[in-house]
Amino acid sequence: MVSRSRFSRPRRHLLRSALLAALAIPALAGAAVAAPRTDLVLGMPVEPPGLDPTSAAPTVIGQVVWQNVFEGLTRVDRDGKVQPQLARSWTVSPDGLTYTFALQAGVKFHNGEAFDANTAKFALDAIRAPGSVNPQKALYAVIADVKAPDSGTLVLTLSKPSGNLLFWLGLPAAVMVEPKSRDGLKSNPVGTGPFRFASWRKGDRVELTRSPDHWDAARKVHLDKVTFRFIGDPQAAAAALRAGDVDAYPLLPAPELYGAFQKDKAFTAVPGLTEMKVVAGMNNAAKPFSDKRVRQALMMAVDRKLLIEGAYSGYGAAIGSHYTPNDPGYKDLTGVYPYDPQKAKALLAEAGYGKGLTFTFKSPQMAYATRTAEILQAMFAEVGVTMTIAPTEFPAKWVQEVMRDRSFDMTVIAHAEPLDIAIYANDPYYFGYKNPAFNTVVATAAEATDEATRLKLYGEAQGILAEDVPALFLFVLPKLSVWKAKLTGFWKNEPVPSNDLTEVRWTE
Amino acid sequence: MRALVLRPRRGFRLDDATLLVGAVLTALLVGVALLSLVWTPEDPARMRILQKLRGPLVSGLLGTDHLGRDLASMLMRGAFNSLTIAFAAVGLGAVLGTLAGVAAAAGPRFDAVLMRVCDALFALPPILSAIMLGALLGPGAPTAIIAIGVFMIPVFARVTRGAAMQIWAREYIMAARMAGKGTVRITLEHVLPNIAGQIIVQVTIQLAMAILTEAGLSFLGLGLPPPAPTWGRMLAESQTYLTQAPHLALAPGLAIAAAVLGLNLLGDGLAARLDPRRRQAS
Repeated sequence: MVSRSRFSRPRRHLLRSALLAALAIPALAGAAVAAPRTDLVLGMPVEPPGLDPTSAAPTVIGQVVWQNVFEGLTRVDRDGKVQPQLARSWTVSPDGLTYTFALQAGVKFHNGEAFDANTAKFALDAIRAPGSVNPQKALYAVIADVKAPDSGTLVLTLSKPSGNLLFWLGLPAAVMVEPKSRDGLKSNPVGTGPFRFASWRKGDRVELTRSPDHWDAARKVHLDKVTFRFIGDPQAAAAALRAGDVDAYPLLPAPELYGAFQKDKAFTAVPGLTEMKVVAGMNNAAKPFSDKRVRQALMMAVDRKLLIEGAYSGYGAAIGSHYTPNDPGYKDLTGVYPYDPQKAKALLAEAGYGKGLTFTFKSPQMAYATRTAEILQAMFAEVGVTMTIAPTEFPAKWVQEVMRDRSFDMTVIAHAEPLDIAIYANDPYYFGYKNPAFNTVVATAAEATDEATRLKLYGEAQGILAEDVPALFLFVLPKLSVWKAKLTGFWKNEPVPSNDLTEVRWTE
Repeated sequence: MRALVLRPRRGFRLDDATLLVGAVLTALLVGVALLSLVWTPEDPARMRILQKLRGPLVSGLLGTDHLGRDLASMLMRGAFNSLTIAFAAVGLGAVLGTLAGVAAAAGPRFDAVLMRVCDALFALPPILSAIMLGALLGPGAPTAIIAIGVFMIPVFARVTRGAAMQIWAREYIMAARMAGKGTVRITLEHVLPNIAGQIIVQVTIQLAMAILTEAGLSFLGLGLPPPAPTWGRMLAESQTYLTQAPHLALAPGLAIAAAVLGLNLLGDGLAARLDPRRRQAS
């Protein structure tokens, strides 16, 4: 109600301009139908620190430039599947160690430089170079050698087979860059994509314009101009959408504001899923969480559905392992340790904590985390567990205390990287989880080039985690996107954090 | 305030009204805070997530918050939490500040040093320093108490020093000196009793300040950690629900306003009665 009255003034104003326009158009253009708009203003909650996805980790970088300005050898599409891009096609040797890519011809970077096998080799070598600051460097470490036998062919030799390599090559961290522009990419991104970087007004907006000579004639881009606006405050973002200052806001950070957009006919608001897995990591290396039964008991003390309702207004999906429903080979394992406070109590008693258990929870300040903390605290209290919440500032303090010093009992964080189940095999890592069987499964899975085998092995890995509960697997953050009803072509889900605008258009 | 004071020949005066309203509001605040220890309509930490965001009178007196907790109960326990921290902080500031103030007034040797330290403390903005302290010590009750209390010290030191110096200039102090009483004894027997009124007035006004600062710290996440409800955090959490459930912001907002108003009025009213300077003026 409040919002309606608050916006009545601009609406009335809009109505007046619409009337004027209605009078003016027939006079000027006769019976001609007005062409659809070709510009788009897209709102984002966080401004990227730079615009080079190959040199810094924040996912917001890719959310501006990936697929719009920069392209990769492959790309991950809206369904999480690998598609060819600058690599037209490829063949993999039977032993899975040699990948031969046939590259697109006639591709030019926005600065006029040609893209060929040498530039591709340059880009891949730069990722793997000793001093490289590429955020996903580890994923590409398996590439032992890159050769460019001719300008249209690229050959990768691997040190061991890697089943996910084509997926990794489709991520924002592996986009193609060229030598002349590389040092300035942070503030002046130069890629091969359908949009060119136009300007960046720090603290406010980034503007892209359509590239007049994009190589892929088959992929018609509909927008001429795209403006990314950075609006941190969710209330302000919602107001900007309603006032028409912003046409789309693909990642609304405040779920409580989403319901109103779902009811509003002027907007399309279909909740999807991100790759952000919210897990409550426990310190498996120390008591009491070194005892598997304690971890399992706490998992059974959590009613995930209710948690999602409280922490994220019911949006998002419950998970039982470190995998999301977007991911190929996802298994629903929420039933392995379902909500059962009686069993939880019994298991705690069996583990020697029948009289109660007390520990500290280091909670980052993000809304989803603090709400999750408070709800877990209440749910644990039901089974006789006392959890003290210690607010811990993210990122600096949290990274230091939890990730580096591993001085914590329990915490919560959303893991953003897609297909990152192998982090549980990392040693050292903040969970302090050690299970050789799991390590073997993920190592074998990573080397499996046959998809069916690989997915089966990742399924097994999911099962081991669901049983061992190194972290409480809670839920996947939803992608709460809102865009004007007359827009189409956005991604519903987010298998890769992105705002791929190549298919976005106004329908009228 | 003073300019508004009319001077009827007899009967009820505006000062009395100020005092009365202030006393009633403050009594209400303290009463509710104490009551919350033995009774609240619900356990303020109890979540009924499926009954979240209910309006006032639909579920409980004031409705429920975003996690289905009873707002009235949270507000009551929040009053207690706010007051405890405010009292502790003002207590800290009043005791140390008064000590510094009377010491400065009694001995010129301390005076310069103590007052310069006070100046330095005064120069720091309390909320900002509290954030720094919070980052250093970690959030929680001790941080809030120290952060708020430390900045009360110079306030009390100045008020006491000024008042005590006036007393030291009186003839009966001379007489006491002649009678052979030492500095400490004079301070205890003559100075402190004579400036007690002003200190009490200051305590009341600083309590209002402390409640406001505590709410600010809690708002920023530097107050008591959950599940303890605090008005500041309730206000912070209600932000994104403003359009859907304005009562979530209104309830703690009004509570803070009423508490601050009550204590300020009480302080003003008391000042008119206890502060000798103002007593003479009216």
